Amino acid sequence: MASENQVNEQGYRSFKLGDFTFRRDEYFAHISYPGGTHTLSVDLFLRALMRDVAWGFFYGTVNFDSVFGTTNHYGTVDVFIGLRNEAYWKNNKHFVQTFDSNEIMKVFRNILEDWTNEGFDPFAAPEETGSAFGPKHGSNRPALERARVTAKRMVGAKGDTGLRREADGYTVNRQFADYKPEKLEIYPEKGFEDEVHAFDFFDYLTRSDVTWNPSIVSAVRNNLLCATTEEYQLPVIHGNDRVEWFLQLCDQIDWLVYDGQTGKPRARVTAKAGDICAMPADIQHQGISPKRSMLLVWENGDPSLPDLYASGKLKPYPVEF
Amino acid sequence: MAVKTKLGSLAHYEKGGVEVIDDDPKHYVFSNVFEVASKSKPYEKVCVGKNIKNVLEAIRAEGTSPWYTASHDEAALVMDGTVEIRLVKLDQPAARDDQEGTTMLEGQPRGRKMGRIVARRGHMALLPKGSAYQFHADNPGVILLQTLFGPLTIERWAEICQR
Repeated sequence: MASENQVNEQGYRSFKLGDFTFRRDEYFAHISYPGGTHTLSVDLFLRALMRDVAWGFFYGTVNFDSVFGTTNHYGTVDVFIGLRNEAYWKNNKHFVQTFDSNEIMKVFRNILEDWTNEGFDPFAAPEETGSAFGPKHGSNRPALERARVTAKRMVGAKGDTGLRREADGYTVNRQFADYKPEKLEIYPEKGFEDEVHAFDFFDYLTRSDVTWNPSIVSAVRNNLLCATTEEYQLPVIHGNDRVEWFLQLCDQIDWLVYDGQTGKPRARVTAKAGDICAMPADIQHQGISPKRSMLLVWENGDPSLPDLYASGKLKPYPVEF
Repeated sequence: MAVKTKLGSLAHYEKGGVEVIDDDPKHYVFSNVFEVASKSKPYEKVCVGKNIKNVLEAIRAEGTSPWYTASHDEAALVMDGTVEIRLVKLDQPAARDDQEGTTMLEGQPRGRKMGRIVARRGHMALLPKGSAYQFHADNPGVILLQTLFGPLTIERWAEICQR
C-alpha cells in the first residue's frame, strides 16, 4: 500500500483522504478503501476530478463512474464507493466518508496538480488536448486554474463578468467555424449607457475553450441560466439533488438517464436545437455530444431545495399534467 | 472536414424526444420552443420550463407587444428572428416589490426613454428591474424569457409536451 506523498516509480505521488488512498500509474487511478480497491482510467478520473473541483462539488452527486463519486451537502461532502450502485449497497459493499468541503478540496486540488501532465487539459475535448497517460512529465497548472464564470446579473453588464473577445485569446472553436454571428445593435440614450445592455450569447459560446462546464451567464434571483459547450461525453454522471433543465441551442445531445439510487437505466433523451427538457431530482444523467454543441443548463440555486426533495416534500419531477 | 452547426428556427426545426426504458416520459416535460412559438399567438408567454417559482417562457414575437415591467430583472434570449426591444425608465415602479413575474402596463409607460436594442438570433438582452419594455418584430420570431412565474405566464403542458 502506498503511503501519502510517496512518489512511485512512474513519478506520481499518492494521496490520503480519511480512509481513502489515491494512487495512479501510467494508465489508471486506483482508489483504495477499507473494503477493497476501485480502479478507473486516469483519463476519465482527471476529467471528472477537474469538474468536481471547478464546480465546488456542484449540485448533488458527481459520479466519476458507476462506483466512485462525491455528494455535495454544501459545507460537507460525502466521498463514496458504490453508494449509487445497487449491487454495492444491497450487498453492503459500499463505503462512505464525510469530509469538510475545504479538506476534500485541498486534497483533490493536490491530486489534480500532481497527476496532470504537461499537454493534457482535463477541460478540453479529447481532440483538442494531449494524453493523460504515461509516466509523469511536467504539469499544466494554467489549465487547472480557470475560474468558473458566475455572472451576478448578466455577462458583460457593468461590473459583471466579461465577454469573450478575440483579443483576449478567445478564438472561435473549430467546430463552430461555420457559425455566422448576427449583428447586434444597442442604442442607449444619454445617461443610460450602463443600463441598456445586451450581448451576443451565441458568439460568446462559440468562443468557449472548455467543454462540459456550465457557467452562469444570467441570474434572476435563484433563476440561473448556465451556458456551456459540449463535445464527446460528459466526464461525470451527474446525480441530481434538485430538478434541472436543459435547453439545446444547436446540434444534438443524447442524455443517458439512470436511477439516482440504483444506477439502473430509466430513459434516453434526444435533444435537438430548440428542445427543452427537465432532468428529475431523483436521476443520474450523462450526455453525449458527437459534434460540439451549445447547451443552456437551467438551475434553481435555492439552497433549501435538496432537503425538500430528499424529504419528499417536493415531487422529483417539476410539473404534473 | 467541414462542420455544420445545426440551429433551429420557426421555419425549420427538428425535434428529438424521450425513449423510455423504465420511467414516464411526462417526467421529462419535453417540448420544443420553436414548435411552441409556432402554435402561439403573438406575445403569449407560454411556460416551457418551470422550477418552483422560476420559469422560462417561449414567446412568439410578431408585431408590437404591450408594455411590460417587473419588480426584478428579466432576460430575453432571441432564438429566431429580429426583435427590437424598447426601454423606458419608469418615473414610479409599476410592479409591487412582492409581485413576481411580468406585469403588463396599461397604455404607455411614464418615464424617460432609456434606449433600444435590436437583437437577433443568439442575442441576450437585460430587461432591468424598474424599467418598462416593449418588443417589436416585423416578422415572426422567438424569444425565450427568463423570469419568475407571474400572472401572464401560461401553462399548457398537456398540449406542448411529449406524453
